[in-house]
Amino acid sequence: MSADFSDPTTRNMTLLSAGLFVAFLAAWEWLPGAMHIPAFIIPPLSKVWSEFLRMLGHERLMFHTGVTALQVLIGFVLGMFLGMLVGFLLGMSPTAEFVLSPYILALQIAPKVAFAPLFVIWFGYTVYPKILVAVLIVFFPIMVNVLGAVRSIDPDIVRLARSFTANRFQVFRMVEFPASLAPLFAGLRIAATLAVIGVVVGELVGGNTGLGYLLTFGEGAGNTAMVFVAIIMLTLIGIALYGAIVLVENRVLHFLPARDRRAA
Amino acid sequence: MSAIRLSFQKVTKRFASRKGVEPVTAVQDLTFDVADGEIVSIIGPSGCGKSTLLNMGSGLDPATLGEVYVDGELVTRPNRHVAFMLQKDLLLPWRTIRENVEFGLEIQGAPARERRDRAVELLKKCRLPDFINHYPHQLSGGMRQRAALARTLAVDPAVLLMDEPFSALDAQTKMVLQQDLGRTLAEAKKTALFVTHDLVEAIALSHRVLVMSDRPGRIIREIVIDIPDHGNPMARRKHPHVGGYINELMDLLHIEDAVA
Repeated sequence: MSADFSDPTTRNMTLLSAGLFVAFLAAWEWLPGAMHIPAFIIPPLSKVWSEFLRMLGHERLMFHTGVTALQVLIGFVLGMFLGMLVGFLLGMSPTAEFVLSPYILALQIAPKVAFAPLFVIWFGYTVYPKILVAVLIVFFPIMVNVLGAVRSIDPDIVRLARSFTANRFQVFRMVEFPASLAPLFAGLRIAATLAVIGVVVGELVGGNTGLGYLLTFGEGAGNTAMVFVAIIMLTLIGIALYGAIVLVENRVLHFLPARDRRAA
Repeated sequence: MSAIRLSFQKVTKRFASRKGVEPVTAVQDLTFDVADGEIVSIIGPSGCGKSTLLNMGSGLDPATLGEVYVDGELVTRPNRHVAFMLQKDLLLPWRTIRENVEFGLEIQGAPARERRDRAVELLKKCRLPDFINHYPHQLSGGMRQRAALARTLAVDPAVLLMDEPFSALDAQTKMVLQQDLGRTLAEAKKTALFVTHDLVEAIALSHRVLVMSDRPGRIIREIVIDIPDHGNPMARRKHPHVGGYINELMDLLHIEDAVA
């Protein structure tokens, strides 16, 4: 989506948005001091910035960010494929859905992050508990959306395909899979933010790598600026993943009217 | 008499009973033929099993008793000889109009080049040449139904099975599409079984009209429509014989009794 800057309304809105951002940064820098809020509660922008530069040199910030980002990406991709696989299989087999739905519902209601300590017991202080929490948390929105999409296909479309002598695989490839794409992307957007949560919780629970580790380290050291930096880096990872999904979505779902795409 | 394209032989369709409920007989002991190049309409009260007939013809839904033959072959499952068209256009929103027309050909394994040429040619014939690369949501209801007709014709079926294809359209669009259909079927010498609620539509398009009874559906009358010029339903609508046929159909369907 590219904004049309020749349109005066769009230009004004962009200026307003940029102005608000500058005002926000200024308030962050000077407001805590003016209101006598100590720096260990809200460190001003300049302090967070200098902490960021310090962490780059002394805390291997980029290494930890990279570790977290990689775990997020791996967990997201695995959770996506698993969610799609199970979503399609259950969508094609009402029997399987009926038999398995109580377990799926229970697992869906259970807070996925609560599994993090369990996974640490199983796999130790490795990357696996973090990835596993991300997989588990990403899995559900994907599976639920894909299952719903397959279920809501007009049966007459499947009959039409079959009347043209389509086999089971052709029905999947030419009807069910493309029909699931719009809900799939809606699920992927939700899953992108959840994946970051899953990995951070895994890191908070145990280990000595990743931004979650830096978070607990900063907390223990009473270094509030360090905690802020870690939160910002985590947010950036989430934004990068979300942005990548929107980019792919706009290419894949080009057939949808723009209005429907944004609503999804 | 020319070759028989579609033949129903003593066909009965019962739907399996649920617990404690008697099985429902949708149609009973139907026998009729449709000859090459003939358009036969089926008309009857709602729920008389008209659509069931088409499902059996397409091989999606087997007959309980009796046999259905297309081109002399017993129909047991979907086959390349028949193609059906419904009230819903069933266009796939992620495919362009051309790709939608290619849908059946793609399933049947036609080479990409051949599919494409055939789709473009048919879209021109169906008066949609400017919409080849549009998506379905960009077209009006009438245009979408024309694209659905092109998709049906693309697989070059021996028999077209049509289930109220125009009933969702407004009256004027409907007449235009009837004209397109009549002309296209006459030019291509296609055979069709056409289910409709619309008495005038049945008369304007068909060589014969079969009238069905309430459930369980049986054929209670066969009316041969003795009006020339099948490629021009618009002119046939205005033919002086139409009034007589309408009266006959209204009597058979007890339409006036329902009002009284």
